[in-house]
Amino acid sequence: MNIQVAGENALIIYFAEQASPYVAQQVKQAQVLIQRELKQLLVDFIPSYASLLVVYNIDKTDHHNVRALIRKCLMQLTDDIATVGKIVELPVFYGEDVGIDLKALAQQAKLSVKDVIDIHQSVEYRVYAIGFAPGFAYLGDVDSRIATPRLSTPRKKVPQGAVAIADKQTAIYPSESPGGWNIIGKSPTKMFDRNATETMPVAVGDIVKFNAITKAEFLALGGVL
Amino acid sequence: MNSFIVKSPGILTLFQDSGRSGFYHLGLTNGGPLDSNAFKWANRLCGNSLGTCALEVSMGGLELESQVDTLIAITGANMALTINSKPQELWRTHHIKSGDTISLAYASHGVRSYLAVAGGFTIAPQFGSRSTVCREGVGGLNGDKIAKGDVLPCAPFKSDNFSYDQMLPKKLHPIYHDHVTLRTVPSYQQQHFSSVQQRLFYSSEYGVSQLNDRMGYRLSGQKITSDIQGILSEGICSGAIQIPADGQPIVLLNDRQTIGGYPKIGAVISADTSKLAQLSAGQKVNFEAISMECAHNIHHLTSHLFKQTQLERCS
Repeated sequence: MNIQVAGENALIIYFAEQASPYVAQQVKQAQVLIQRELKQLLVDFIPSYASLLVVYNIDKTDHHNVRALIRKCLMQLTDDIATVGKIVELPVFYGEDVGIDLKALAQQAKLSVKDVIDIHQSVEYRVYAIGFAPGFAYLGDVDSRIATPRLSTPRKKVPQGAVAIADKQTAIYPSESPGGWNIIGKSPTKMFDRNATETMPVAVGDIVKFNAITKAEFLALGGVL
Repeated sequence: MNSFIVKSPGILTLFQDSGRSGFYHLGLTNGGPLDSNAFKWANRLCGNSLGTCALEVSMGGLELESQVDTLIAITGANMALTINSKPQELWRTHHIKSGDTISLAYASHGVRSYLAVAGGFTIAPQFGSRSTVCREGVGGLNGDKIAKGDVLPCAPFKSDNFSYDQMLPKKLHPIYHDHVTLRTVPSYQQQHFSSVQQRLFYSSEYGVSQLNDRMGYRLSGQKITSDIQGILSEGICSGAIQIPADGQPIVLLNDRQTIGGYPKIGAVISADTSKLAQLSAGQKVNFEAISMECAHNIHHLTSHLFKQTQLERCS
């Protein structure tokens, strides 16, 4: 672990060279401890794959003090994997009418469409990072049998709710946007709902499980084809 | 209703307060005024707290009709101001009557100006801020820039506060030059840039490219290389200088994405991102490495000077 300068009012903590469920747990734990320790000195933070950016109030403190407080928090990290992150189940309709890249992905992977769907559901994913757009959660790791590179030409429009794969990552598009990920289904769950009390169903460090639902269930849950 | 009606929105006019914080974990960026110095002066002239919601006018071309008797101040880029077709000065307050027309021409120097009104614009905040981030569709009126016919609600004017007009002393008006030195804290992946590359970076002049907006300013000039291709996506702070594979630096600003995977050589201090955002394509910058100690000092001295400065009463 090391602490580096990011900007005039920001430090970044690097936990490891590579992402892993263990590192994700360390990042999440550190975030909770630092929030508690820095209190009003903390302006904002960005957890990601193997790092945590800490933005502090430069009018009230300085980088020496924040560094010391962060070090104190990092000393308290434990290996207890159960300490952080909730388990969130997200429903997915894996129909070929919404999973427009399912067939091509299955062919490329030399698997049946059913295998692809089963494999995608069989993994417990970690929320490694949230960014790119509001509510866009990067989930990993996708089973290497179905890990597929991005499309060579990104689509101008990927619909809200699209469940997609890019290499070892999977995600649900929180809103309609351009995108180059392989679309394998659609979820009726809103990943970013600005009017809800809880804007997002997941946070960095959480565990996500996908559950296949039928078209009828998808529609009943408010899904739009 | 206390408001202004938009007769002409200009190229890009946005509601901005001091920006959004506390929502990075949802992927929401900061927004907020690109030139926080000019923004704060506009509010201070109007007797507002410094983070009050104002209009950020990029490039100019704004025309408003007032529906209220109130007080306004416009600071920032040199945009010719007229009130009812009569030329007026920037960096001072103006008493406005209902029915008055306020026009800002296109900027001759600088890019952004700020129009503050006494008490501020009273649109509803979203995620704790009124700042508009168009890319996210958050803040402002429906998450978008101001359009013709929009009604911009503002606070009622308390006339007892201001019976006279005040101005920032002329000698303190910023001058928007064609060249800006961007003081930079070396940071992030700086160790992946060799000492030769760092020396090239800090000794070269860069031009502002056509690709500059509220997310960031893409520069062109001496190519810089690092010994890494990309990194695991990580949190990006304001002012961070990203060096993509083409070796051309990008200084990331208020509407940047919150995470990214390009190597970064350092971060420009906020006092200087304010100056960068007043540059347009073709103008020049260079980078100067400073220590964290120096960056903190500049911040504190700048805010101290702001507090110590006395406004002058207009005759």
